[in-house]
Amino acid sequence: MISFVVKRLLQAVLVLLLAGLVAFSMFRFVGDPVESLLGQERTQADIERLRGQLGLDDPFPVQYYRFLERAVQGDFGLSYRQGRPVAEIIAERAPATLELAAVSGLFAIFAGITLGVFTALRRDSVLSRSVMMVSLIGVSLPTFLIGILLIYVFSVELNWLPSFGRGETVDLGGWTTGFLTVSGLKALILPAITLGLYQMTLIMRLVRAEMLEVLEQDYIRFARARGLSERAINFRHALKNTLVPVITVTGLQLGSIIAFAIITETVFQWPGVGLLFINAIQFVDIPVMAAYLMLIALMFVIINLVVDLLYFAIDPRLRAEGGRANV
Amino acid sequence: MLERLDAPLLSIEDLVVEFPGRSQVMRAVDGVSLKLHAGEIHGLVGESGAGKSTVGAAIMGLIGRPGRIAGGQIRFHGEAISGLEEAAMAALRGKKISMIFQDPLTSLNPLFTVGQQLQETIETHLGLKSAASRAHAIERLVEVGIADPETRIDHYPHQFSGGMRQRVAIALALCSKPEIIIADEPTTALDVTIQAQILKLIKDLARSNQVGIILVTHDMGVIAETTDSVTVMYQGRFVESGKTETVLGTPSHDYTKALMAAVPPSQTKLNRFPKVTYGGNRAEFHIDDLAKTWPKRTANRGKPLLQIAALTKSFASNRSLFPWRRTFFDAVSDVSFDIRDGEIFGLVGESGSGKSTIARIIAGLHKPDWGQILFDGQEIAPSNATRKAPDMRRNIQMIFQDPFSSLNPRMRISEIIAEPAKHNKVLAGAELKQRVVDLLDAIGLDASAADRYPHEFSGGQRQRISIARALATEPRLLICDEPTSALDVSIQAQILNILKDLREHLGLTMLFISHDLPVIRQMCDRVGVLKNGRLVELAETEQLFAEPRHEYTSDLLDHIPRVDGFRARTENSEGSAQSGP
Amino acid sequence: MSDIIGPESDRSSLKRIWTSDLIWSFRNAPVAICSAIVLAILVLSALFTPLIAPYNPFDPSTLNLMNGFSKPFEKNEFTGDLFWLGADDQGRDVFSTILYGLRVSLFVGFLAVLLAMAIGIVLGLIAGYAGGITDTIIMRIADVQLTFPSILIAMFIFGIAKGITPIELRDQMAIWVLILSIGLSDWVQFARVIRGATLVESNKDYVQAARIIGRSSTAIMFRHILPNVVSPILVIATISLALAIITEATLSFLGVGAPPTQPSLGTLIRIGQGFLFSGEWWILLFPAFTLLFLALSVNLLGDWLRDALNPRLR
Repeated sequence: MISFVVKRLLQAVLVLLLAGLVAFSMFRFVGDPVESLLGQERTQADIERLRGQLGLDDPFPVQYYRFLERAVQGDFGLSYRQGRPVAEIIAERAPATLELAAVSGLFAIFAGITLGVFTALRRDSVLSRSVMMVSLIGVSLPTFLIGILLIYVFSVELNWLPSFGRGETVDLGGWTTGFLTVSGLKALILPAITLGLYQMTLIMRLVRAEMLEVLEQDYIRFARARGLSERAINFRHALKNTLVPVITVTGLQLGSIIAFAIITETVFQWPGVGLLFINAIQFVDIPVMAAYLMLIALMFVIINLVVDLLYFAIDPRLRAEGGRANV
Repeated sequence: MLERLDAPLLSIEDLVVEFPGRSQVMRAVDGVSLKLHAGEIHGLVGESGAGKSTVGAAIMGLIGRPGRIAGGQIRFHGEAISGLEEAAMAALRGKKISMIFQDPLTSLNPLFTVGQQLQETIETHLGLKSAASRAHAIERLVEVGIADPETRIDHYPHQFSGGMRQRVAIALALCSKPEIIIADEPTTALDVTIQAQILKLIKDLARSNQVGIILVTHDMGVIAETTDSVTVMYQGRFVESGKTETVLGTPSHDYTKALMAAVPPSQTKLNRFPKVTYGGNRAEFHIDDLAKTWPKRTANRGKPLLQIAALTKSFASNRSLFPWRRTFFDAVSDVSFDIRDGEIFGLVGESGSGKSTIARIIAGLHKPDWGQILFDGQEIAPSNATRKAPDMRRNIQMIFQDPFSSLNPRMRISEIIAEPAKHNKVLAGAELKQRVVDLLDAIGLDASAADRYPHEFSGGQRQRISIARALATEPRLLICDEPTSALDVSIQAQILNILKDLREHLGLTMLFISHDLPVIRQMCDRVGVLKNGRLVELAETEQLFAEPRHEYTSDLLDHIPRVDGFRARTENSEGSAQSGP
Repeated sequence: MSDIIGPESDRSSLKRIWTSDLIWSFRNAPVAICSAIVLAILVLSALFTPLIAPYNPFDPSTLNLMNGFSKPFEKNEFTGDLFWLGADDQGRDVFSTILYGLRVSLFVGFLAVLLAMAIGIVLGLIAGYAGGITDTIIMRIADVQLTFPSILIAMFIFGIAKGITPIELRDQMAIWVLILSIGLSDWVQFARVIRGATLVESNKDYVQAARIIGRSSTAIMFRHILPNVVSPILVIATISLALAIITEATLSFLGVGAPPTQPSLGTLIRIGQGFLFSGEWWILLFPAFTLLFLALSVNLLGDWLRDALNPRLR
């Protein structure tokens, strides 16, 4: 157990260091930071001075170490495009993304698991067949297209819900929330569905596939042969075993919600971190890209750790053997 | 012996089970009838494809879709239960009729403790509340012979050994005090000593609780030792049914006779197995033809061909990050023996005894941690420089256990057989082609088999192809790793006969590995007994069976399920009613 | 264990699947047949676009601004030209731009999958067969990459590549950068599945037999194992194609993919989005539905293929 956790922690640190290396390399080699900071009227002396100031003449490992040191403190320098500290810009926009991700994540998990279990248990019913069919369309529809179609129907044609922005927000000591106003909540509906739908479909299909497989196992046949009720078999024995592999994938899916938020935020002009990032790519705003990369890496590492620990909680075989079982 | 006159617990009349397929309907069970009384063990025996497990599933009402009961009746206490509504069947299932599966590892839910699974079943059927059901669960564990049940009840299935797990599964089946238990190959996944214990437990439970047990198995020895009456099936069809001593002792049907004849006796050594021709199984082998072109190597006869000294190999069982927490499992420790040129040397042991590891080290698939192997005086391990020479490599070939995985499904039979000779540049072109044809002929396959793929052949045919591949390079040593344990007993006799021919006509030396003592007795000149990676005894075969010196060997010998008692009776038509040694 | 089927028929092999089961299952799956037809039509139109397209939307000499915003299915009120699916703001035929866009989308999709497949097959086979430290290194890299959604990785690769390429070459290189970034972001799926299948195959005795014969590791991996892991590769390839097409469309939609000079379906949707509120729905919806049909038909085929070949996929 300890060995396992230590291994995972080491791996997490390694991932962060790697992400840091990529982020730092972007700083160092993609575009010329001096050029981007100084603009058109620059002298050779200016360049020399700035290079010295930025420490660009130091050896690579020294620069990398310095970069890491500052990154740990949340200092990623100034945005090339906005000229403000990156950390400040991100902090300003984080609440929008996190609120959106939280709502869609909950929607994806609950709807996904419920529908997955339903379609597995009633696999031949008309309803569950149609759910599966629709879900395949859901997987085939790119997120941005879902967003556009929702806007077209509910904003353009029906004019029920807003098509862009967060609506009115309330500032709670640095955290702006859209949960407390009617327009904020209304503005959340379409983006949350757009963002959650794809993940929900994936979770649903995964739960269904896993559950169907578990239902074929000997211990389910044995449970049935012992005369346990269908309810106990399906919701006690089968569901718990289904959830073991589902947990990893679901964890990763939740992580990718933050990433997919980029798309949703673009479609709905949602003022979050994703929109910031996509603009950064278009304008090659390296500090913002680097900071975003580090942030995402950190988040994924945390999600992965939580998933691994959840495994321990749910699967007794792991507690004994100390490793991910081949379930 | 007289039929019991009291009303049977369970009776099956002319049961037909069908599985509609894509072009035709498959009859898995076709007209099977049997009777089961309280306190009696009724065996259901047959080779693979006999439909015996399907009968068990039909009684439970658990036939998988799209199968259905297409005819006949299943009666429980005289009431028809086939065709009952699912709800009515569910009330019966588990409560009155319970079941035990083959693999105790997969039949227990890994995420719940043994206690949780027991209590759940008890609460469902007996309506007890938590404390009472726990006490009841502990009682069940005591009943099936689990030591320290108060502690063990809170353990998870993976914390039990295979035999103990099967005991837990039996305890689970007993929870509702059923009148009938269907045991589907309950000991097939277990070692012979554990098998004996579980069979004894099943027998005791039948007597003490007056439970009727249907024991589904492919093993005639288990049937002979355990059952009171037996039903024989062949490819879904009913063959015969009756008292065990009648059916096995004086079989009336040709199939039963053939089956009995094919079971290797443990008491005597046969020169060859009688040919089983039931069901059109009539391949002719021509190993003697092969001998005409086979190189004559008689110079060394009797001298050691393979010398193994202090062979040791361990595998990591816990790959901890911290070196001091890593643990190793000694698969083979300090094993030494010689194999003489021209002999069949047997290695016997239970699962985990290291016999396959030794085979793989000799074949060059594993590197030993320690020890030395000489082949014809030249070192082939630990230094494998000599082995890499094609000339050396062609000398040692191997036959594997599972005929379904030992042939590459994407290659034609001709490519499979030719590959060893081609790659080691033994033969090429027309000569190679001729060799393939000769080898196919030797193992009784038509030349047209060359262009076909492995899936077009049965298990026994595939094992013969596997033998042909091993012979392609004209090897001197053939390693046979459980070559028949995945095969039906009638096919086993055929393969063993071929192997005997190989030695007789080609003078091949063999290392023959098996867990099956009667088979070892039929095949080997000398035998080594392995236990937990150590060689505990090495002796001439007949001497080992007559007077085992090591306690473990005699323990193994005592636990072989035997049919010999009945076979003797076939000859004498006399004998005691009680079977076994 | 199954007692109901005899030894002759109880294990399927690939050949029988190819010769009968797969085809049989296809003939009995109307959904699969429909998707195959739709996909075939789309692929053929992409292949022969220059012959089919009524206009060349990228030849400025054929454009007439008077044709701007022509409605679908009716003649333009000023010029009398007919555009089946309407025209965009600059008078470009939407049907023709869709065909050219489809070409770009499919080109990027196929090449990206081929790239991912090539990397994935080689690394997956090596990891699965060699095991040990090689396996650990390859799969750790895969795990790390898998932690990030492929679209994000593609974006990063695209962003970095954009930073490296000189400005004047950016548009020209965009398509290749796109292929590279999608291909590199998607190899992990292949590698994982192939590694898993290779592990299973490696433990089978035919591989041991080949080792005893003395075949080299390369020969065993590519001649013995690879032909036996074709069916999972096929399934993953199909699913990946749909994913690659969607990823490409998404990147292009976000403006970090195919350039306006070489628009893919995603680029067209990005352009069309601007006209949604002003009522010119055809500029958006026709490309959108083409993309949907394309992705859906590939996904449906993949879904059917997975059920038909039934490899254990995770």
